[in-house]
Amino acid sequence: MKKRWYDYLWIASLLYLLLGFFNILFAWLGLLCFFIPLIISVVSGAKGYCNRYCGRGQLFGLLGGRFGLSRKKDIPGWMKSRAFRYGFLAFFMAMFLLMLWNTYLVFAGAQGLRQAVTLLWTFRLPWHWAYHGALFHPGVAQFAFGFYGVMLTSTVLGLITMVLFKPRSWCVYCPMGTMTQLICRAKAGKQP
Amino acid sequence: MTSVKKKRRRAVVEQAACVACGCCVKVCPLQAIEIVRGIMAQVSGEKCVGCGKCARECPASVIEIREVET
Repeated sequence: MKKRWYDYLWIASLLYLLLGFFNILFAWLGLLCFFIPLIISVVSGAKGYCNRYCGRGQLFGLLGGRFGLSRKKDIPGWMKSRAFRYGFLAFFMAMFLLMLWNTYLVFAGAQGLRQAVTLLWTFRLPWHWAYHGALFHPGVAQFAFGFYGVMLTSTVLGLITMVLFKPRSWCVYCPMGTMTQLICRAKAGKQP
Repeated sequence: MTSVKKKRRRAVVEQAACVACGCCVKVCPLQAIEIVRGIMAQVSGEKCVGCGKCARECPASVIEIREVET
């Protein structure tokens, strides 16, 4: 099948992770991966982002498929259950709000900037080399560190399930995928 | 004269468990599967020949190939 420009968006996903290694402020670009799927689902009632443009899904598909880094086994039943998918979405959003709260504290001057990226909501990795100073308020950088942590955590989880199960196992419990599917369900329910 | 019923293979989606990621759509050589309203995948009975590519690709493993009578 003929490749289209959007079949190469995995390069953007890879580039995003690399850029955040050198300058944390690039992490802000990750907001695109939050807003574009939501806008597409709200406006057109479809999962066009997952179906076509998701660079992360493509990256997992490539690594697990062409590069053979996946066992290609079935994902366990509980992982595709609604309880787990909705639970993971709720947990993910709660952690996201916590990250926003920490950003607020830095903006308000109640807390100093932590030049670290938290992996899997637990491990604080030093990341000070990616912060170069005072062009913006420290709160701007705090958000970037926090958001990069969210993106890195989900990439690591996606890679683990890619190896264990099918290449794009992440898509089954991806919080954005679950959220956009819920929006699509709500929109379809309203239609006559 | 009795009518002869032909059996053929086709993909069947367990739609309640489908996450509508669209991986199946990308690999289908006959464009026989589509995502409906961002909710679930749907197979076109006419086009599908039951090759099984979508079933292998599906990250949630909710597609299976069944023999159906036509």
